[in-house]
Amino acid sequence: MNIIALDTSTEYCSLALWLNGNIISREKLAGQRHSELLLPMLQTMLTEAGVALSQIEGIAFGAGPGSFTGLRIACGIAQGLAFARDIPVVGVSTLEALAQQVDASRVLAARDARMGELYFAAYEKMETGWFPVHAPLLCRPETAPEVIGEGWTGCGSGFALHQSVLSKTYSENLQQIIPDCYPHAREIAQLAAIKFANGEGRAAEEALPVYIRNKVALKESERQR
Amino acid sequence: MLVLGIETSCDETGIALYDTRRRLLGHALYSQVDMHRDYGGVVPELASRDHIRRVLPLVAQVLEQTNISLEAIDAIAYTQGPGLAGALLTGASIGNALAFARNIPVLNIHHLEGHLLSPLLSDPAPDFPFVALLVSGGHTQLMHVKGIGQYKLLGETVDDAAGEAFDKTAKLLGLDYPGGKLLADLATQGQPGRFRLPRPMLNSNDLNFSFSGLKTAAALLINKHKQKASTQTRADIALAFEDAVTDVLVKKSITALKITRLQQLVVAGGVGANSRLRQKLQHHLAGTGIVVFFPELEFCTDNGAMIALAGALRLQQLNEKPPGSDGSFTIKARWNLEDL
Repeated sequence: MNIIALDTSTEYCSLALWLNGNIISREKLAGQRHSELLLPMLQTMLTEAGVALSQIEGIAFGAGPGSFTGLRIACGIAQGLAFARDIPVVGVSTLEALAQQVDASRVLAARDARMGELYFAAYEKMETGWFPVHAPLLCRPETAPEVIGEGWTGCGSGFALHQSVLSKTYSENLQQIIPDCYPHAREIAQLAAIKFANGEGRAAEEALPVYIRNKVALKESERQR
Repeated sequence: MLVLGIETSCDETGIALYDTRRRLLGHALYSQVDMHRDYGGVVPELASRDHIRRVLPLVAQVLEQTNISLEAIDAIAYTQGPGLAGALLTGASIGNALAFARNIPVLNIHHLEGHLLSPLLSDPAPDFPFVALLVSGGHTQLMHVKGIGQYKLLGETVDDAAGEAFDKTAKLLGLDYPGGKLLADLATQGQPGRFRLPRPMLNSNDLNFSFSGLKTAAALLINKHKQKASTQTRADIALAFEDAVTDVLVKKSITALKITRLQQLVVAGGVGANSRLRQKLQHHLAGTGIVVFFPELEFCTDNGAMIALAGALRLQQLNEKPPGSDGSFTIKARWNLEDL
């Protein structure tokens, strides 16, 4: 199977081509220029790989959590490509992509959610893939949920920002901390290949971001006090 | 030439198919107004979250309605700005990816150009040149429209947009969100002459507008009557307010026609749906030889048809068909129409 994977959930813009198990990937520090960079980067990669867009059979994108605007750029582009080519899409969790990247057996993935909060998930590696001990959730660093046992690897910008609090919470669990990693299309492509094989591909219009932070404004009735 | 139009600049998702020969073939609109009502205004993040759910289903709906396949589309026109950044980016991402994947050109459309040209969707349609009064919740401008892309600003609001003043005053009158239309409905019950509100800048020697002072005057009047504000009193205030706004819009439009010596006036934007404004303009221009054009009511609000139309006209204006999109795009949350 040939897959295009893309991620714009961070200040990086990353892309990967999964070509029947071979991966080509690329990234650029984009700041806020993801929309300018992504598709031209994709064209260059396709040309260099000698692959036509018509040979692509699925689109994968970093569905979140991450920058809301970034998630929608990746999702919108994935939707557009998939709709135009009539091929399926899968959204991949950016936290699961982090777990895949650090490649330990037990992973605590945490990303900065701003406002003093974290996007957090805990995964254990199984033969079938990553099992979510805690599926992606939003929490304050002090209230990150417990995990059982030793040998956990903590990773992501959440650990960079709140290392002291999280080290304390997970003092009996953590084996190592890898704070300086960010979700990348390379691992999104790997995870997507499994998901497509499992029949998890969806129609373009069903591909949506997974924000995790769902409360973004107060209704008038909630603003009274 | 067949153009797919995508509009996502604020709280309406609009999709349309326009053909340069057969004109508007189909369109679909989803308004988020019910969702934003609970918040008392448009929440930009929620607007963006809704657009990404709506665009493709509406595209699919329009293609099905018109029995046209995506492969038949020659170009994609999308609203590049001005508007809410996150909302614009959603339509831009989908539109640009569609164009890139189909190797067809993409047309970056100015939202207000869409509004300006929207009366061209009707029959009879105005010919260039004309004066356009653009009145909505976000804009109040008088433009001299010489042709596609040739727009000269004659005057604009120095503070609130007319539609914004309508909505804010409606809120003060206790009307539901968005209240502009409800205020106009209430005003039909009003007793003429009971209250009089100022007509700001009516006699200023330019074509600019100001509505923030009028809104304050209306607020003072509403507060004064708050204790015993019967429905009749509220209707009377609504009428006085609507009268003041429309008087200014009419007077300045007529002055703009005189200065430019043009014979056609186009009224566009959400406030263009206001029937008192329509009646007053018809009344004042009767017998002058000046013809006033209004878009169909469904094209007064934001919509995809005007974006597809603007894209098609722009495409027609080019000597040769532009190349397929390279996929690089940016949006312009702020964008002056004169910079086109």
